Amino acid sequence: MRAVVHVTLKKTVLDPQGRTIRSALNNFGYTRVQDVRQGKFFEIEFEQGTDATEAEAEAQKFAHDVLANPVIEEFTVEFQE
Amino acid sequence: MKFGVVIFPGSNCDHDALYAVERNLGEQAVGIWHQSEDLEGCDVIVLPGGFSYGDHLRAGAISRFSPVMGAVRRFADSGGLVMGICNGFQVLVESHLLPGALIHNRGLKFSCKTVLLRTETLNSPFTSLCDPSQPLEVPIAHGEGCYFADDATLDLLEREDRIAFRYVDGNGEATEAANPNGSARNIAGVLSEGRNVMGLMPHPERAADPAMGSQDGLLIFRSVVSSFVAAR
Repeated sequence: MRAVVHVTLKKTVLDPQGRTIRSALNNFGYTRVQDVRQGKFFEIEFEQGTDATEAEAEAQKFAHDVLANPVIEEFTVEFQE
Repeated sequence: MKFGVVIFPGSNCDHDALYAVERNLGEQAVGIWHQSEDLEGCDVIVLPGGFSYGDHLRAGAISRFSPVMGAVRRFADSGGLVMGICNGFQVLVESHLLPGALIHNRGLKFSCKTVLLRTETLNSPFTSLCDPSQPLEVPIAHGEGCYFADDATLDLLEREDRIAFRYVDGNGEATEAANPNGSARNIAGVLSEGRNVMGLMPHPERAADPAMGSQDGLLIFRSVVSSFVAAR
């Protein structure tokens, strides 16, 4: 079982990397690109036989406590078989 | 007075801090390895600058799980003095010992230069000897030093007089141009609710020796000693 966690900066937090990427895309001719927000992506493998409900709870907790900093970031957790 | 300087894997200003305390300040200083849970009876703990754990995940995010940080948290909770410099400040916000967060500099560039700091409060053990009308000349060296907090938190910090330092220009004004990294409200350093924990991005330990040009940073270390002596 695999958890997929996406972490992005909150909309209220300035994302200078996203802004730089947007300018680069615009400069390359992709002039319709209006905004870019960049973030982090984690693939987390659980050992075989892990209870799905427990894994979900655990992933939500470590995404909140470790992978993201809730002061500046938000996250989503999804599961793949 | 005994200073303890925590050494994380990747700390690189630990020796600067030890040197400043021993040689420039004339107080006792010991290094404390991050695996230790024993603060060796130190009166103040310094979390130094550097790139602890390679800044992986986020600057300071992994260091917070070091064994020593449990001891530092208990020490701070019981009123002990803790100062985080640069990466140490990042570790303190990641540990929730200080509010807010430190994100990539506005211009994305690593910024290494001398800045001017205005002391915003004398009501703290780290700033008591400073003079708000005399900005301190202290270097910065960081890529992730843009202080961020939501408006409610920033208002609270101002209301409770918990902003220690702001970046200012030669006239002592906290202007946009004087802000080296995009920090909210030009904030360079903040205090905890109990005023016994301070974090700042600039490096006072690098402005302590006469050979370094400015010795303004020494005022912060002297304030710590003076407050400690006064409290005894």
